[in-house]
Amino acid sequence: MPEQRRIIFQHIDEPGYAPDLDCYRRHGGYATLAQAVRRKPEELIDEVKKSGLRGRGGAGFPCGVKFGLVDRKSGKPIYLVVNADESEPGTFKDRYIIHQDPHQLLEGIMITCFANNVKAAYIYIRGEFPLGAKILERAIAEARAANLAGPNVLGTGYSCEIYVHRGAGAYICGEETGLIESMEGKRPYPRIKPPYFPAVLGLYQCPTIVNNVETLCHVKHIAAIGGEAYSKIGTPNNTGTRIFCVSGHVRRPGYYEFEVGKITLGQLLNEVCGGPRPGRKFKAVIPGGSSAKVLRVGERYKGKRKVGTEMVDYDWGIEDIPMDFDSLAMIGSMGGSGGVIVMDDSVSMVEALGNINAFYAHESCGQCTPCREGSLWMKKITARMVHGAARAEDGALLKSVADQIAGRTICAFGEACAWPTQSFVLKFGDEFKAYAEDRKASPPDAPALV
Amino acid sequence: MIAPPKPDLIPVNIDGREIAVPKGTNMIEAARLAGVDVPHYCYHSKLTVVGNCRMCLVEMGLPAVDPATKAPIMDVVSGKQKINWMPKPTIACATNAVPGLHIRTTTPQVKDCREGVMEFLLINHPLDCPICDQAGECKLQEQATGYGRGYSRFIEDKNVKPKRTQLGPRVTLDDERCILCSRCIRFCKEVAKDDVLGFTDRGSYSTLTCYPGRKLENNYSLNTVDICPVGALTSTDFRFKMRVWFLKQTPSIDTESSVGANTTVWSREGVIYRITPRQNDAVNDTWMADSGRLLYRAVRADNRLTAVRAAGTDGTLEPAVAAAAALLRLGSAAVVGSGRSTVEEQYLARRLAAAVGAGAHLVARVGAGDKLLISADRNPNVRGALLTGLIAALPEPQLTGLAAEIDAGKVKTVVSLGEDLVAAGITAAQLAKVKVIYLGTHANATSAAAEIVVPTLTVFEKQGTFVNQQFRIQKFAAAVPGPAGAADDLSVLAKLIAAVDGPAVQGEIHGVWTALAAAIPQLGPIAYRNLPSGGLLLDGAAWAHLAFPEGETLHHQPAARPA
Amino acid sequence: MNLKPATLQQIEEVIPHYPVKRSAALPLLHLVQEDQGFISPEAIEWIAAKLELAPVNIYELVTFYPMFRQKPIGRRHIKVCRTLSCALMGSYQTCAQFEKQFNTYRGEVSPDGEVTIEFVECLASCGTAPVVMIDDELHEKVDSAKALELAVKIKAQAQGK
Repeated sequence: MPEQRRIIFQHIDEPGYAPDLDCYRRHGGYATLAQAVRRKPEELIDEVKKSGLRGRGGAGFPCGVKFGLVDRKSGKPIYLVVNADESEPGTFKDRYIIHQDPHQLLEGIMITCFANNVKAAYIYIRGEFPLGAKILERAIAEARAANLAGPNVLGTGYSCEIYVHRGAGAYICGEETGLIESMEGKRPYPRIKPPYFPAVLGLYQCPTIVNNVETLCHVKHIAAIGGEAYSKIGTPNNTGTRIFCVSGHVRRPGYYEFEVGKITLGQLLNEVCGGPRPGRKFKAVIPGGSSAKVLRVGERYKGKRKVGTEMVDYDWGIEDIPMDFDSLAMIGSMGGSGGVIVMDDSVSMVEALGNINAFYAHESCGQCTPCREGSLWMKKITARMVHGAARAEDGALLKSVADQIAGRTICAFGEACAWPTQSFVLKFGDEFKAYAEDRKASPPDAPALV
Repeated sequence: MIAPPKPDLIPVNIDGREIAVPKGTNMIEAARLAGVDVPHYCYHSKLTVVGNCRMCLVEMGLPAVDPATKAPIMDVVSGKQKINWMPKPTIACATNAVPGLHIRTTTPQVKDCREGVMEFLLINHPLDCPICDQAGECKLQEQATGYGRGYSRFIEDKNVKPKRTQLGPRVTLDDERCILCSRCIRFCKEVAKDDVLGFTDRGSYSTLTCYPGRKLENNYSLNTVDICPVGALTSTDFRFKMRVWFLKQTPSIDTESSVGANTTVWSREGVIYRITPRQNDAVNDTWMADSGRLLYRAVRADNRLTAVRAAGTDGTLEPAVAAAAALLRLGSAAVVGSGRSTVEEQYLARRLAAAVGAGAHLVARVGAGDKLLISADRNPNVRGALLTGLIAALPEPQLTGLAAEIDAGKVKTVVSLGEDLVAAGITAAQLAKVKVIYLGTHANATSAAAEIVVPTLTVFEKQGTFVNQQFRIQKFAAAVPGPAGAADDLSVLAKLIAAVDGPAVQGEIHGVWTALAAAIPQLGPIAYRNLPSGGLLLDGAAWAHLAFPEGETLHHQPAARPA
Repeated sequence: MNLKPATLQQIEEVIPHYPVKRSAALPLLHLVQEDQGFISPEAIEWIAAKLELAPVNIYELVTFYPMFRQKPIGRRHIKVCRTLSCALMGSYQTCAQFEKQFNTYRGEVSPDGEVTIEFVECLASCGTAPVVMIDDELHEKVDSAKALELAVKIKAQAQGK
């Protein structure tokens, strides 16, 4: 069985480990920050570039490239906004960092701020983490008192305040420009890009870096061991570790940190998570948060892929897929936020889609036409199907509506709400048809999901 | 020989057609210049771009260059530079011209985008066309016909929202029809500077709302009705009154102040139903004040003058003119012109005054400017009086000069061209000392006391020009005929001039202009019919020394006061 | 506005965290709701005036974010996650159990005034599904049986008052 490599989650659930500064320091905390502030900021950015770190919030965008895009010529202050809005269904990792090891996050924040000459950092934490917000505020106060954050960090003359800013229950605040609008006190309508790329016109129209909580923790470790060393962890172009959050119908759901690409989906579900529940078989897996396209157990994925410098054939079942960004994208889904949702043969896929569609219809901000109207339409169709009035053409209609949304919206929420419908209908079309023919298409003891 | 494009123009390509556009032009405007319609809802040329309706999605491509050398990559087949077309469509409103930008609007993908957006907009839209005022000028109708699929696949229940909200005294809101384009919110915030509208709730349940307890009642609220692409915001005054396709549109000018906002008068069979702004990017953009829209009510007001009155005559025009001429030939006359008269009328008034040796006066109307489209000068055409030489200095609000002359016995006859002398400070006693010849549209204290009354036409019933605060001469046309007893102002004035043996002058617009052009060098080369619809900027230097009352408004900065 | 002195102090402290006052809208709404239990029309106008905004700017936020409420709720707030992972593990039954135990329906205040039950979206603890938040506390693996236990506990705590 592959071994976890707990770099970020080293101290999570460790008996006796407390979220206070003393505990963090006893375990070597802030030594990296002390070293980092003696280096040139450009060097630190270089380390992140060399590390190959990709964002852990869902998009997987190369972090070093993001730092490189920041407009440093405008003379405007540069801001860091920490995306602690963790709301992608199936994802539960940032929660533990915030509640149990907040100083790791703060150290990652301060190193990132120093490297990018950030004027102030805001931690946008979802409103449903009220205790987490308090824990962070206490940690920030401790850090400030020890000159690790705030004015004149460690006597260097560099100052950077960190503030906690609570959200209030909107998934769209996890979208970077929606987050920025929310921080500005407006309705969180994502901005059109171009021209509002956060690196150029972000918070208060100033250059802004938006990074996920876990990503910033990785920056700390990169600063500690060097970008080159970090890049050897994981697999090429998919470096480092990431925290997989497995939920749903497995024996041992939970969070597991592995080197990216060094574990397959089958190993994760069967060996690490103990396989399906007694008497059940796996049916479907969503590998990267509910926005990711669903995988059907029994599918095969074939083609050619680049390994090293050569093109090599691959012929995979669902269990063979290496859990990294590129492989999951290659077989038609995505690594996303690392949230793996597992469904067994007790589940009606139409009901599961109904549950997902209700989520997106509820969370759509309503700014642009396709997502606003399309997400609610898809929800109404699946709700009607689940309540006994399905028609033969509903599967095709759902797919057609989803096709009219993806690629046509202001932000990626369009893809996020369209991909589940597209993939469920494509891969489980038989169940959608069965609902029209016979209402009792769901398995007898299927959980109510709608 | 085709001249090369000016250096600050950027070449772009719309559906294979090359055009050069100014820097900063977005692709909806560029396409318009190329004769291509890019459908849209939320985009408005005078408001910030939000890109939320997604109707203007088009395919975009940029010329391919080698990333290292920047050398153009050529297409071997066509011999032209290869174009890298973006796989995802882009919104035209937010895409600004860069050299070599290519846009395609007729591909299957663009067609599918438009059909998709149309379908989405209609799924929660109520089937209100038969009862909706917007029908006939509704962007949803037009674009559904032009770019929609033609049928809907939606069989679920539509969202229900508040349907008949009085947003304020003049605007009615139907939230079910609203397509959430946010034009009204942006207008209120950015132009009217009255941040009172917003969206509540979220997703498909988002609802346009005025803050509870507040009203949309600023003096520009009806502009939101103009720019609303659907029948969500409608004019309460116009509600259910007339189908727009029956209405004739006539270009006119708002006479509320010297801004001279361009308007359109909508009428049918001699009845005016509404007034809307007419676009003039140099004067009023696409806006006008609510108060200016109500002015048409004066056409059928109860105190409208409809009968010629002159003692000892049969109530027709000719004897009245003869009687007036007899009075004027006695001498000691004064002419009170008006800042609300047209340039042509003011010119004839000057000719009349000269013919009888009368002094000319004007009445000023000054109020507070609102820094937008109502200026401090509530006369639309004081500058016309200056231009025609009817007056040489700015008028006063009260006719103190004339009052003194009356008391001194120097003036025995007053011709008033629509001005109420009593309101302008002439006392009842002074009025009793003179004989008044009143040419005007509505009854007032002066017309009641006048010896001779000739009803004339409102701005909606005649044609002519006004000179606005920018010294821009703008023309307007007649939308409806005047009431039976009224006479055209130019015709009456010309008859009067003839009757007092003044030099003959034509009593209709083109003839007057021939004379005007001869008298005023600036107007020399222009014929009335050739005046551009956006007006013509004249040179006001000759009057730069005068202390005009206007402050700053949209598109007008007052010149620095002379020392 | 009858805000507690501590709340007013926190409000004054948080506004300078931002270079633009409008950013303090969400923090102020949280503070006022914690103080008063809900956001009243008076509160909306007070916050708008404090931040030099139009009242509609605050009203827009209150109706957008589900965590802000314009009416008081029960003394205890039970939030059951309805999103996929929790639903797969039976959260709909969990919610039904709470509704039954308190004789109320989602979104209402229970007849005894003790609870308001709501469905919420993913609470980011999917590995211990079904999850429920009662006020600020997270409860994990809340199946129907555990929901019954928690309901009993809530009622006991209510009696103890």
